[in-house]
Amino acid sequence: MPLLTDDQKMLQETATNFLREEGRPAKQLRHWRDSGCTDGYGTDLWKQFGELGLNGICIPEDQGGLGLGAVEAALVLEEIGRNLTPSPFLTTAIVGARAIEGTAHAGRWYPGILSGEAVLTLAVDESRRHAPEHTALAAERRGNGFVLNGAKQFVIHGNSADVILTVARTGGSPGEREGLTLFAVQKGAAEVESVALADASKAARLKFDQVELDADSVVGEVDNGWLPLSRALSAGRAGSAAELVGVAAGASAMTVDYLKQRKQFGKLIGEFQALQHRAAHLYGEIEIARAAALKAAELLDSGDGKAELLVAVAKAKAAAVSRLAVQEGVQMHGGIGMTDEHDIGLYMKREAVLGELFGDVYYHRNRVAELSGY
Amino acid sequence: MNDLDTFRSETRAWLEANCPPEMREPMRTEADACWGGRNWSFQSDAQRFWLERMVECGWTVPHWPKDYGGAGLSPGEAKVLKEEMARIGARQPLTSFGISMLGPALLKFGSEEQKERFLPEIARGEIRWCQGYSEPGAGSDLAGLQTRAEDKGDHWLVNGQKVWTSYADKADWIFCLVRTSTESKQGGISFLLFDMATPGVSTRPILLISGNSPFCETFFDDVEVPKDQVVGEVNRGWDVAKYLLGHEREMIAGMGLGGTDGTLGAALQPDDALLRAEVAAFDVDALAFAAMSERFFEMFKAGEAHPASPSMMKYAGTELNKRRHELIMAAGGSDALEWDSERSKKGKPARDWLRTKANSIEGGTSEVQLNIVAKHILGLPGA
Repeated sequence: MPLLTDDQKMLQETATNFLREEGRPAKQLRHWRDSGCTDGYGTDLWKQFGELGLNGICIPEDQGGLGLGAVEAALVLEEIGRNLTPSPFLTTAIVGARAIEGTAHAGRWYPGILSGEAVLTLAVDESRRHAPEHTALAAERRGNGFVLNGAKQFVIHGNSADVILTVARTGGSPGEREGLTLFAVQKGAAEVESVALADASKAARLKFDQVELDADSVVGEVDNGWLPLSRALSAGRAGSAAELVGVAAGASAMTVDYLKQRKQFGKLIGEFQALQHRAAHLYGEIEIARAAALKAAELLDSGDGKAELLVAVAKAKAAAVSRLAVQEGVQMHGGIGMTDEHDIGLYMKREAVLGELFGDVYYHRNRVAELSGY
Repeated sequence: MNDLDTFRSETRAWLEANCPPEMREPMRTEADACWGGRNWSFQSDAQRFWLERMVECGWTVPHWPKDYGGAGLSPGEAKVLKEEMARIGARQPLTSFGISMLGPALLKFGSEEQKERFLPEIARGEIRWCQGYSEPGAGSDLAGLQTRAEDKGDHWLVNGQKVWTSYADKADWIFCLVRTSTESKQGGISFLLFDMATPGVSTRPILLISGNSPFCETFFDDVEVPKDQVVGEVNRGWDVAKYLLGHEREMIAGMGLGGTDGTLGAALQPDDALLRAEVAAFDVDALAFAAMSERFFEMFKAGEAHPASPSMMKYAGTELNKRRHELIMAAGGSDALEWDSERSKKGKPARDWLRTKANSIEGGTSEVQLNIVAKHILGLPGA
């Protein structure tokens, strides 16, 4: 795997500097949480993402984007994770942009994504477990369009999104990849219950009760929704893996710092070998998780046949390592780690949500087994 | 076609023409690996032929300079060669501590005379080397070693004992850490090379829990060593030792890769649901580690790797390899416990499993690696 190019390093530096200052918890996560913001993120920051050009990473150059790929997305997402920055970047500029790529919806939504004005998201889950093949939400043909009946949950930013890319069943039966169709559902079409999650982000539970959509709302082809859906899910899984690496790295940096400051028994607690070994183990695990996330991104970008396997590896590994990082973080901080005042607990809550998004550790371990033929 | 493509097609054609079919079979036993040396008896004509042809090309040590028996390949060319060999399943023509450990240290710290004298015979597989590091009283605390080399004017006089000397009973020469001064712990160590046939050197194999004896105790009783066989400066051998340990740790970390392309689960086909889940968790870690190994190699090449990062790799790779063999044993059930039946290839699963327990001890224990990461990478106090 080649290391980063100069252009990639420049992009990484841009994201690092921007998010370290503008994206830090005091300015974003805590600010919006404590002021009762209903979106859960700042719309100004989202526009700044656009101004910096970050939103065009996955959008082709001839449509105004940068025409880059999953590796560049990973670089930005790691910094988002490190700073716990709430933003619609992952659901909109990565997952959303990939879902509508090459379809009639690209022209409609890319300009808004690029400028940081539009928010997109993906609605897949219908129960507490991620299981896209088991989609049951029914879309029946009526006249020139469709009528949707069913429910979705864990739709991140679903309460503020301008368009919710909703996977529904037009044929086949739950458990099958065939017969799925992806619909672009505009704001207001479905009934939205806004749900605050543990990490102070906002998701939605959606209810579709005889929701009528016209034929133009189909993304890609009817019954062939698996194609745009899997494209979007792969991007989202690789992206959330990279964000989880950032969460792990941020929590671990904060913790190692604390080990060098906190004194007990007359010495710095970082002198105790019991803690040193755990910190050193964690360091290695984060390096390995980052390597897996970058490898998955690289294979996605090159269209390699092993991309799917590595994406599952990356998501499973990054989630497990990130969980270790936040658990060690809170434990090693001791009592202060349990307070809302300290940021380390925010990392724990962010990890829980990101770890679940687009399939948790167990989901992806199972995928690795299935893709390997056992 | 660029230069690398040309190199690839030439290499492919050469390998096709020169690698005997027997040398494209997976290795079945330890004896299938060719270690070379004065006393080596080739397993087959094919093994000899394959070594000779590869030596002619300098491809036993492809990236070493041509003057020292290598082929002077660029990192890119060396990678192509590796890929092309892997493509046809070609065996390594030569396995040797001279290549993986001493060679890199000599290239960095050796005098011109030493390089010209020792490197080509390593490349040709003529001299088999062993490593004299650990002592009964100096394991994890390696710098506490006591084997003495006294300056007798025209020679060094070596007295002491080494332990865990891999294949000392089969080796021709030893690279050895000796105490040349008691003034300072690390600063009193020198890196000495000498012939195992020198009077006063004796070895005794150690029987391990696996039933095999890859390691020896090695005794030095008034061994006379020529003065020009110190590598680097006298009393600065610790620098050479640490550098070499980095290479040893990289090599041992490679065990984490398991040597095959497929996943463990694909090979084991675990039918028990709970075992399947554990194997899948392992495969995630193993594939992630494989990605890390690639990245580590690229970072090292680009000079972007932290000097202490081989410790991280060694720790992760060996712990992974131990887990791999625990799972192989679990999946094998009672079949895997047979110790000498033909059915079990003379207890291969059990013996391999027991052998891996040394992985996290040899080359510095896991705990020592974690100490190094804590101190040199994380900068934790007092580590």
